[in-house]
Amino acid sequence: MAEMTPTPVLDAATDQPLIINMGPQHPSTHGVLRLLLEIDGETVVRMMPDIGYLHTGIEKTCEAKFYQQVVPMTDRIDYLCPMTNNLAYCLAVEKLLGLEIPPRGQWLRVMLNELTRINSHLVWLGTHAMDIGAMTVFLYCFRERENILRLFEAVSGQRMMTSYFRIGGVALEPPLDFFGGVKAFNDTFPEKIDEYEGLLTQNPIFVNRLKGVAHISREDALVLAATGPTLRASGVDVDLRRDAPYSGYENFQFKVPVSDAGDVYARYLVRVAELRESQKLVKQALEGIPEGSVKADAPKVVLPDREKMKTEMEALIYHFKIVTEGFTVPEGEVYQAIESPRGEMGYYVVSDGTAKPYRVHMRSPSFANLQALPKMCEGRLIADVVAAIGSIDIVLGDCDR
Amino acid sequence: MALEPAVTDLEQLKSHPEVASLLAWNQRAVEGAKFDRQELSIYLERTALRAACNVLRADPALQYDALSDVTCVDWFPRDPRFEVIYHLFSTVTKKRVRLKVRLSDADASVDSLTPIWPGANYFEREVYDLFGVRFDEHPNLKRIMMPDNWEGHPLRRDYPVEGYR
Repeated sequence: MAEMTPTPVLDAATDQPLIINMGPQHPSTHGVLRLLLEIDGETVVRMMPDIGYLHTGIEKTCEAKFYQQVVPMTDRIDYLCPMTNNLAYCLAVEKLLGLEIPPRGQWLRVMLNELTRINSHLVWLGTHAMDIGAMTVFLYCFRERENILRLFEAVSGQRMMTSYFRIGGVALEPPLDFFGGVKAFNDTFPEKIDEYEGLLTQNPIFVNRLKGVAHISREDALVLAATGPTLRASGVDVDLRRDAPYSGYENFQFKVPVSDAGDVYARYLVRVAELRESQKLVKQALEGIPEGSVKADAPKVVLPDREKMKTEMEALIYHFKIVTEGFTVPEGEVYQAIESPRGEMGYYVVSDGTAKPYRVHMRSPSFANLQALPKMCEGRLIADVVAAIGSIDIVLGDCDR
Repeated sequence: MALEPAVTDLEQLKSHPEVASLLAWNQRAVEGAKFDRQELSIYLERTALRAACNVLRADPALQYDALSDVTCVDWFPRDPRFEVIYHLFSTVTKKRVRLKVRLSDADASVDSLTPIWPGANYFEREVYDLFGVRFDEHPNLKRIMMPDNWEGHPLRRDYPVEGYR
């Protein structure tokens, strides 16, 4: 009989840290995020996120498109909040053009943006709770999300990739009874939030799993370029809707939820409070929506109404020119940042005076917030990594672009 | 709202505390400035970048404590070819300022801002990956979006949209 190899003896003194690979297909990494973890027992010693699996070169593609053709591409960056991306891009180009949007268009944009925020936060809440082990919440959240997607479909014809905002306003006046649908959803939504909170906020399993986990201090969050709820849960009171108002947000009253705790539970509380504030914003937008046009009066930029295009020579010429050769934008550069559900979504658009943007750069909140993740997880248990990933609400399409 | 012409005269722009503060610190560091569409851009001498950021951060009237974004624009075939662009944000005054550094193709490198803001790490890696601009003293200057063995820098203007075939 051949000689048997001796059983290796585990020696604590020569014990090496182990490097393990989490993702890119791990179910709780919310997309194709790959994390390299150096672990010592159950403790994470170092973490290195590896991204780029969803890089599609959108910034490069934008340089080859007319200004108006970029709008549908912005949907696909952060697929959970398409309207927010549309808005940031449209605002940037409108700033370059010096174009003013009529109040009704602005109000409509705010309303849809807040619905988008609710939509995005519902996906976050459902998946985050499911990561922690609460399956029911996921089903509840997606029940309400479905209603929002129906509203998006009614207004734009699409459930997710809406492309509803256009440079100079929105594509169309919303259909009949759209506002009735929004009101029906909005009026019942607060009790739904109570329902989620009833399942989670005081739930001892959920609280013990999240409280004190993945803590990040105010200073660290700030220098690591974290924004949005991740930053506000660490005690920095910044919300661009209030601090640098755009699209008429200065006409709305809302509170900015802030917490000093800096842990996963604080980020949960901040986002749930934001759900309630967004609901109030939608209510205000519904009640105060002005009459008038949803598009700016700029025939060289905004496509004419279909009816006009078919009956008026001038409108037909403008339509033909915009579609075939685009519209020129005066030379210059603009950085327009808005508050997306995840944080600061910034569009840097450079124009060289032609009909195609010279450069479009997206400052995406997921990309920046990801840098805070190693700080949150290093020195803590590997089981908490899952909770931490959920708490920064990462969307990899937004991260990689 | 009609567009107002951009202001590029440094004397006129001294009314902006950012410009005044940097000029008071080091006249030679500021190569120029522009106020256009309610946004202030300051062109900096490339070796002065990090120190200038420290000035803007420490000035009690300005307190630019957050780095929002780092990106780059390639003005090929103009020389200097690259403009690296930094967007600073103050969580106290809620103001923004844009800093720019011009770099030529022959020596496309600038000081990394990671010693001040560790959050500059990913942004600078992205610019390195897609433009080929190097950041000195960066802790981990590797490609971030493209595969490690990728050839070329896709966001350069002389890189075709469909890629090399």
